[in-house]
Amino acid sequence: MSDPSYEIVIGLEVHVQLQTATKLFCRCSTRFGAPPNTQTCPVCIGLPGSLPVMNRQAFELALKTAVALNCEIPAFTKWDRKQYYYPDLPKGYQISQFDLPMSQHGYLEISDAKGAFAPKRVGILRAHLEEDAGKSMHDELAGKADSRIDLNRTGTPLLEIVSQPDMRSPEEARAYLTELKLLLTYLGVSDCNMQEGSLRVDANINLHVATPQGTVATPIVEVKNMNSFRAVERAMAFEATRQFDVWNDTRISLGAPGGHKTTRGWDEQAQVTRPQRQKEESSDYRYFPDPDLAPVIVTDQQLDAVRASLGELPAALRDRLQTERGIDAYDADVIVNQGRAFVDYFSELADIGGDAKRASNWMQQDVLRVLNERDLTIELFPISPASLAELLKTVQRGELDTSRARDVFNVMAESGDSAAQAMQRLGIQAVHRDELRDLCRELLDANPNVVADVQSGKEKAIGALIGQAKRRNPNANPNQVRQLCLELIRQQGSAQE
Amino acid sequence: MSLTRQQIVKVSLLARLRLQDDELDRMTHQLDQVVSYMDLLAEVDTEDAEPMAHAVEQTNVFAEDHVLPSLDRESALSNAPKRDEQCYRVPAVLGD
Amino acid sequence: MSIHDLTATELIRRLESGDLSSVEVVQAFLKRIEQGDGRVRAFVRVEANRALSAAERIDQRRRGGESVGRLGGLPVAVKDVICTEGQATTCASKMLQRFTPPYDATVIRRLKQADAILIGKTNMDEFAMGGTTESSALATTCNPWDLARVPGGSSGGAAACLAAGMVPLSIGSDTGGSIRQPASFCGVNGLKPTYGRVSRFGLIAFASSLDQIGPLARNAEDLALLLEVLAGHDPSDSTSANVPVPEYSRLVSQPLDGLTLGVVREHFGEGLDSQVQEAVREALRVYESLGATVKDISLPHSRYAIATYYIIACCEASSNLARYDGVHYGYRTDETAMLADLAAEQRALTSRGDSPLLDDLDSPLVRMYRQTRSEGFGAEVKRRIMLGTYALSHGYYDAYYVKALKVRRLIRNDFDAAFREVDLIAGPVAPTPAYRLGEKTEDPLAMYLGDLYTVSANLAGICALSVPCGLNGQGMPIGLQLQGPLLDEQRLLRAARMYQTVTDWHTRRPEGF
Ligand SMILES: [Zn+2]
Repeated sequence: MSDPSYEIVIGLEVHVQLQTATKLFCRCSTRFGAPPNTQTCPVCIGLPGSLPVMNRQAFELALKTAVALNCEIPAFTKWDRKQYYYPDLPKGYQISQFDLPMSQHGYLEISDAKGAFAPKRVGILRAHLEEDAGKSMHDELAGKADSRIDLNRTGTPLLEIVSQPDMRSPEEARAYLTELKLLLTYLGVSDCNMQEGSLRVDANINLHVATPQGTVATPIVEVKNMNSFRAVERAMAFEATRQFDVWNDTRISLGAPGGHKTTRGWDEQAQVTRPQRQKEESSDYRYFPDPDLAPVIVTDQQLDAVRASLGELPAALRDRLQTERGIDAYDADVIVNQGRAFVDYFSELADIGGDAKRASNWMQQDVLRVLNERDLTIELFPISPASLAELLKTVQRGELDTSRARDVFNVMAESGDSAAQAMQRLGIQAVHRDELRDLCRELLDANPNVVADVQSGKEKAIGALIGQAKRRNPNANPNQVRQLCLELIRQQGSAQE
Repeated sequence: MSLTRQQIVKVSLLARLRLQDDELDRMTHQLDQVVSYMDLLAEVDTEDAEPMAHAVEQTNVFAEDHVLPSLDRESALSNAPKRDEQCYRVPAVLGD
Repeated sequence: MSIHDLTATELIRRLESGDLSSVEVVQAFLKRIEQGDGRVRAFVRVEANRALSAAERIDQRRRGGESVGRLGGLPVAVKDVICTEGQATTCASKMLQRFTPPYDATVIRRLKQADAILIGKTNMDEFAMGGTTESSALATTCNPWDLARVPGGSSGGAAACLAAGMVPLSIGSDTGGSIRQPASFCGVNGLKPTYGRVSRFGLIAFASSLDQIGPLARNAEDLALLLEVLAGHDPSDSTSANVPVPEYSRLVSQPLDGLTLGVVREHFGEGLDSQVQEAVREALRVYESLGATVKDISLPHSRYAIATYYIIACCEASSNLARYDGVHYGYRTDETAMLADLAAEQRALTSRGDSPLLDDLDSPLVRMYRQTRSEGFGAEVKRRIMLGTYALSHGYYDAYYVKALKVRRLIRNDFDAAFREVDLIAGPVAPTPAYRLGEKTEDPLAMYLGDLYTVSANLAGICALSVPCGLNGQGMPIGLQLQGPLLDEQRLLRAARMYQTVTDWHTRRPEGF
């Protein structure tokens, strides 16, 4: 799809809110959605005289994430003040990390189960801990040229994860974000809710254009205001085309006059990026070590403990589902991507039901459909793995056809009934093989012409009997009726000879 | 190093100060004197000296992640020079 | 002897024995304030009613046989840089003139737990930046020994009210000498504890890695008493030392055997007033007569202390004072006038067609910040913010800030080496006694150079105190500085107390008070 005359180069900066009960430097709650300015204290308002104290849990969650991202964790890390003026930044500086971040030089592996791009490692330049700012709201209703400031969010712990510019297409960018989000949710370090702002993405993008003089890089553009992974994908695609057009018009390369980095915002409505004005002086952040905070020393023992606590991460889990359960890469990917609880459900279902492939199909088609329709998570799914396994076994034994089983499944999902209760409710009874054999014998006896047709090679003639069988017993499985009838006719034939 | 008036103008924006012309002249003169004095440090051999940002070395100071009561909104906002029922108010945040 | 002549230790003894009631004590000091503070102007606010009702409550508890805290019923003055819940805390700045903290500083909580009576807030240099208290936006404090002279600073009010007998105890803060120098100028005792010994939570920051709260008092015993109340680990201050606090008030009376005092060669050079030098030398002779050994030592990097100190202090200050932007608390410029001015400027530039200047024109928000800060801060504060902003800005950071941090390390190393040879370091507090009001206000560099003996202790984090050791020809007090190793306040206090058992400089009072 992409123009072969250039290569897209994308790096992503992701801010995730860590799931702590309290803020990074004070003990105010981080709960989302409280009325404005009800979750603040002298520390997060930046009142004179107040001092920050680091949240242990925030540091530990950050450490866990950094280890899971295969980062190097330096033994010594410190906090710095990043200074700029903004009304939602009450101290006039943000406590962040500058030259000695808590982690750096990691990577995240991405792949596409459908093979849209080759599997690759996206480098992580660094991941560091910092505090969030508050919210500025422009008050248009009041008709005044005022902004209103809510400091509830001020001081919420953020992990900033900066990737290397390793992504080469909008699809890769999206895959990176999807995989990162999955990892973070597996770790339980963030809820990654983009609507509530607990995951935010900025992108840096430019092109490497092939010219007769060699490869030329176009000016880097930072893109902001992307509110979904889909928006990131679209914004990257838009930017690539736009930058190539600009290149063709201007031939301005990175670092040339007029080739400095600029900032653009994604307009979701119009599906375009638009320039954002950035004042030149605002980039002199005058970082210096925060004298109010003590540096942190991380020991090897501590790192070992963190590693031991990570649990099985998505990449390893995908491999294991393929080797242990015998499902294919695509299925493993779909299941793992639904999160750890979904995988646990699947494993239990496969264990009890004894058929991983069938369990995988049902989970991907039927369970996911219900979850999506009802906007549920697997934790709240009304059918227990044991109940669902009961249903699948009935299908496996041939006592229920798939379409009848789906009806039963829907009733179970609706009512929370067991498979047996749901079947009863639907008046469905699993038909025992002996019972069905008797029925078939009766039908064959009553329809000698059909038997004759089959014996002369017209197997299709059985179809007439299936309809009759269904009328006699609605729970009769058509496949089984067909099989039994053919079996009986063959036996009859051999008996006559 | 010698400080110019132009530098002082630039620094005053970074520091969010607004200096009148006479203040700018005086500031340039006084800071130039002080900065020239500070250039004295250039002669110190600091090759092996580890920068000392804290007066006393401390590491790994943490608080546990337990919620404590926040200020009620009225006391949080009570010192605000301009406010409404819920929020601090400032001249419009635009563009940047 | 009248109440206001008694030391805090003696007053507590009498309060505990029932000879005196807290109400009597508080009334006596309130009367002193009423009689004297019109001349000295040490206080920015006196909480007479609050203090009296607190005193009544303490008396009631005592009469009812309840136990009462260490300072039960004793008035204490607090420098207006320390946050007091529900009471204005101004830092002597227009910026915070209408600021009322919704919380108490940790030291205030400790004072309240000790049942001290908070009698009022004392004047200071604006945001504790200065050595004369003249940069206060609220009042000019005078030295009780000569009302035409400065009380020193930045804790000028804290030292002056004590010297004038308006309080028995006083709390100050010391970033580069702000307790010790006014103590020496006013003939009282002042101690800067080791960095981390006293919680900074609620101390409005000037330079966070240098600031410490400390006691001012009439003698070493009283210093020990007050320090014992103030000191201790505080989980709200990440830089607070998590170590036990010795019983200073008990230890202070134990003399030190075989004390070795170091005298810094570099401290007796050019610029040291000869009478100050003589008073300090005489104090050393007193120590020798008490069995101490005086040893010549060197702090080779002490000549770089002032430059190092002012770079670090101003860098940190420029950051600490960024929060005063007129948004969440404190002063804000008159917005209507500000917006009208801005609109007029815009019209003028538009009609001139000056588009570069028009592009550079502040947004209303940026103008609000700049106007607010320029009106809210005084000249000295602005100078230091500018200096710090410059030193941290792109291209200068390594040459100034990082360089200063490295020299700071060398200064600390000098002290570490010195304390391997001597127990304490003795020397002057300031090069001269108190000078005249207005004498140095227009020459910031000259003023900064006056801090050369005191700033090193803050840079190194060590403890130091100032005790009166003489009067010059004009009757102005002279201070002796003792500096001790990290967390060794008890040794400082014991050495000071030894000296005060054989001298009476600390008992001298200014005429007219
Ligand atoms: Zn808070």
